[in-house]
Amino acid sequence: MLYVDAVPQPDHPADPALLPERFAQWFAARGWRPRQHQLDLIAATQKGRSVLLIAPTGAGKTLAGFLPTMVELAGRCAPHMVRQRAGGTDAAGPTAGAGLDTLYISPLKALAVDIARNLERPVAEMGLPIRIETRTGDTPASKRSRQRRHPPDILLTTPEQLALLLASADAPFLFGSLRRIVLDELHALVVSKRGDLLALGLARLFRLAPQLTTVGLSATVAEPGELARYLVPQPSEPPGGTAHADLHVAEAGAAPIVGMLDSAEHVPWAGHSARHALGEIYALIQRHRTTLVFVNTRSQAELLFQELWRINEDALAIALHHGSLDVTQRRKVEAAMTAGRLRAVVCTSSLDLGIDWGDVDLVINVGAPKGASRLAQRIGRANHRLDEASQAVLVPANRFEVLECRAAIDAVAENAQDTPLPRIGALDVLAQHVLGTACAGPFHPDELYAELRSAAPYARLSRTEFDRVVDFVATGGYALRAYERFARIRPGRDGRWRITHPRVAERYRLNVGTIVEDAMIKVRLVRAAGRPTTREGGPAGLIGRGGRVLGEVEESFIDILVPGDTFLFAGEVLRYETLTEEAAYVSRASAEAPKVPAYAGGKFPLSTYLAERVRRLLGETAAWTRLPGQVREWLDLQKIRSHVPQPGELLVETFPRADKYYLVCYPFEGRLAHQTLGMLLTRRLERAGLRPLGFVANEYALTVWALRDLSDAIKRGAPSLPVLFDQDMLGDDLEAWLAESALMKRTFRQCAMVAGLVERRSGREKKSRRQMTVSTDLLYDVLRRHQGDHVLLQAARAEAATGLLDIRRLGLLLSRVQGRIIHLSLARVSPLALPVMLEIGRESIEGEASDALLAEAREELVREAMA
Amino acid sequence: MDTRAQPSPESSRTYARQSDAFPATARRQARAGRSEYAIVIEGIGLVADLSGALYWPEEGVLAVADLHLEKGSALAVHGELLPPYDTASTLERLAWVIAFYNPKIVIALGDSFHDGGGAARLGEADRAALGSLQQGREWIWVAGNHDPIPLRGVGGEFVRSLACGKLHFRHEPRADRYRGEIAGHLHPSARVNQRGRTLRRRCFVANHQRAVLPAFGAYTGGLNIRHPAFCKVFRGLAFTAHLIGDQDIYALPATRCLAD
Repeated sequence: MLYVDAVPQPDHPADPALLPERFAQWFAARGWRPRQHQLDLIAATQKGRSVLLIAPTGAGKTLAGFLPTMVELAGRCAPHMVRQRAGGTDAAGPTAGAGLDTLYISPLKALAVDIARNLERPVAEMGLPIRIETRTGDTPASKRSRQRRHPPDILLTTPEQLALLLASADAPFLFGSLRRIVLDELHALVVSKRGDLLALGLARLFRLAPQLTTVGLSATVAEPGELARYLVPQPSEPPGGTAHADLHVAEAGAAPIVGMLDSAEHVPWAGHSARHALGEIYALIQRHRTTLVFVNTRSQAELLFQELWRINEDALAIALHHGSLDVTQRRKVEAAMTAGRLRAVVCTSSLDLGIDWGDVDLVINVGAPKGASRLAQRIGRANHRLDEASQAVLVPANRFEVLECRAAIDAVAENAQDTPLPRIGALDVLAQHVLGTACAGPFHPDELYAELRSAAPYARLSRTEFDRVVDFVATGGYALRAYERFARIRPGRDGRWRITHPRVAERYRLNVGTIVEDAMIKVRLVRAAGRPTTREGGPAGLIGRGGRVLGEVEESFIDILVPGDTFLFAGEVLRYETLTEEAAYVSRASAEAPKVPAYAGGKFPLSTYLAERVRRLLGETAAWTRLPGQVREWLDLQKIRSHVPQPGELLVETFPRADKYYLVCYPFEGRLAHQTLGMLLTRRLERAGLRPLGFVANEYALTVWALRDLSDAIKRGAPSLPVLFDQDMLGDDLEAWLAESALMKRTFRQCAMVAGLVERRSGREKKSRRQMTVSTDLLYDVLRRHQGDHVLLQAARAEAATGLLDIRRLGLLLSRVQGRIIHLSLARVSPLALPVMLEIGRESIEGEASDALLAEAREELVREAMA
Repeated sequence: MDTRAQPSPESSRTYARQSDAFPATARRQARAGRSEYAIVIEGIGLVADLSGALYWPEEGVLAVADLHLEKGSALAVHGELLPPYDTASTLERLAWVIAFYNPKIVIALGDSFHDGGGAARLGEADRAALGSLQQGREWIWVAGNHDPIPLRGVGGEFVRSLACGKLHFRHEPRADRYRGEIAGHLHPSARVNQRGRTLRRRCFVANHQRAVLPAFGAYTGGLNIRHPAFCKVFRGLAFTAHLIGDQDIYALPATRCLAD
């Protein structure tokens, strides 16, 4: 609940003058007293300040965000009931029915709906004359158009919906009266392209409503400066100057009680299932009222859920919740949870953000937490109130994760947080916004450029870049001026750019937004036909189509399935039958164990901050006493057999094994950066004639294997390690590899969709990747060949640097370890190398090197024929 | 992630070639000396090229299908502003194949332009490039469903279909008369699952009587060979898909390929 958090708190004397009597009475009637930061926010906003409120989960920050608006709006019809501080208010103050007053933006549709529901109660109970409405993708068209004509006082919505509203001609009417915007879960929003889109929307709002102030609500972050900058227009003078919103930090609640499961079982060397701890997890669920079991990926959620039910002798009510499940299914679980009917929910990050979850008394985090802030957020889900300590248990799934869990627990204890790196606004998002702006009405480039630069992520946008983006929006931005007569926007005599056809605006509206998921396909459950599908059998004979929707999976996952394959989804073992344009059809499988173990989705990289702590922990032998016995023994053995890397060092081990030669290094920089490093190292080893065969990366380490003796080569300095790991690999080698990389093509595809080069939706249906008129892979090849400096290629490269390829982090790694590479030439695999060595052959190949597979398929047939 | 690099001694060269602007033909040249990849139709040996073109050495005939020139500008008319380099790109690849085989006759198997207005929209440079390809050889445009009426201002000769010895070149494969037919239209592509990975590649499809060529154009998509349209043409699944890889062509029976 929104206000459970407003429990009595005697230490902070509230200033009663700030809170109108009606509110004070309402608080008192519930035996609550407002928190200091809630009053602080009223005071600050009455002075017309924009503020950033940093508060832990459960501190009542959402109510804090709305109180100023509620207090002001309460006063407009009955001013005598609101005692306002003299001289503190805006000149005019709100009047009833004066249009939209406050806009609330949340990253989740569900969160907006949830918050609206929670606001209705105090508004009704106090009899406040305030109309609150939500606007999401699900809002019916009739209500949408009514909202435009008769805006509510408070509108709760998402960044995408805001972009849509801003792209209409009546935006000045709708937002002209706006006095406040509340941005919830700001820490989660600003690190993404959605944050860029919202920042541009904010810049526009400040122009439409100069009186506007912002309230940003955020969980604890290490350096709030970036968030504070985001909330206010950045000054154009002096160059490089910055402006910040006022910072308010709520008092911290009771320290959480976080432990790590010291499993009596053997902790595995590799893998992410945590199956070894299953019995212990079940015992914890038995001992608690309601437990949330967080895992990192949807496939882990499916697997753990299945396994828990296998041993669920007491038939405890254990449910499953993740983002791919059908929405009605999810709502059912949520309702059961709120009603207290569940003993446990196995869930993913779909529950990370602030949705309210009833009476949880234990949070179990299975697998590594990946980031200190993420862990803090999850822990906050237990005992969603500030003054009671929340209780959490971390269950590492393998030995490296034990280190990561230990580091994360220490970080939470110190209340230390990850720092999201400041973002540079993406150019594809900018392109979308420029088109949206033109859809709203003619714009002058000079004015728009100035406006954009007031948005923090775009404060350093150069005029050249801006002009290139406008050119892209107009005619595609091609050096070959082939499309002048098909321009989407065009300047008039007044120097203002307009859309050339109403159709342009229609298309914009269908394709707004920055979230480009892998195309999703509905999964429908049908009964299998009597005749089993064979590999050759073509479409399976299904009894009828239709069938219940179980949820959605990525098209790329369906791509790897062969009819007849079994996999785990929605808590069941399913058999893949066939795929149509519209859905993937599955039937219930009798198989006990699914054949295809996992489907993609929801992997998080290890945060840089946590990685740093893990490296430090490893280096401090004295701190090892806080690790479980089996892990300590493992590290002790590593010390004897090889070397334990010290902070700042990069340990590289080489050893022979079964007629191949291995190189293992331990950067601790996350799987994405390691994958990129693996690709580049392989190229270099190839050039040195060492004949590398492949590599495997995990979150902590990377191993490359080759046909030639790597120990010997390094000893001879052919190549030497400093040369092998030289930063210049980020130059030509990277360029050459990027050109071919499937990951790069995927990144380009996302940029192309966001920027509107290709359409995500045409008409009513979302296009699947296959139906798209021209594959973006083909566009990428052609564009790279003919106009390598095109603005979208530039956008894709910038995104690759932080996205799928994590080049930025790899760059930091390479410069960090310069001159600090420790090489050990070993006779056999070291204890520390064991986990990553065990992953060889476990992870499926992605993207590259496909001719070898085709050749293999051909050879198989030849062998069959000759046998 | 486990990515096995090719163990062959050529593999470093392979990398270089992959980043080449004209991968197919350049790589073909690199493996000169190896036996050409042949498809036999009605007893006639034909060379399937990595670019997707089919060459008939005895007669010096080079056939390409579904160029879809000016597809980019055709979509631009409808507001989708794709890179306007598809025509240049297609012609460039065509130029390499032509330079390599030096054919006496080039047959474009229909849908050479994406739409009726395509020939008129052809840019100056592209028009000149096309003209120089036509120099010194016969050039035949076969009518397609996208370009059913004679093309103007693009040289060459325009025909509905063309018989040449035992072979018969036309755009759309016919269900009735099929011996010796070389056609396009269907844009064949095949899907293969190997070691849990699914690959999708353009391909030639053929039995001993007839062949369907992959689409040659830069912006052309593919149709899965397990689509009923192929069953109709080949009367069942008794045909072979010749998948176009990065370095070679791989023959697999249609039954080994997957439906979508």
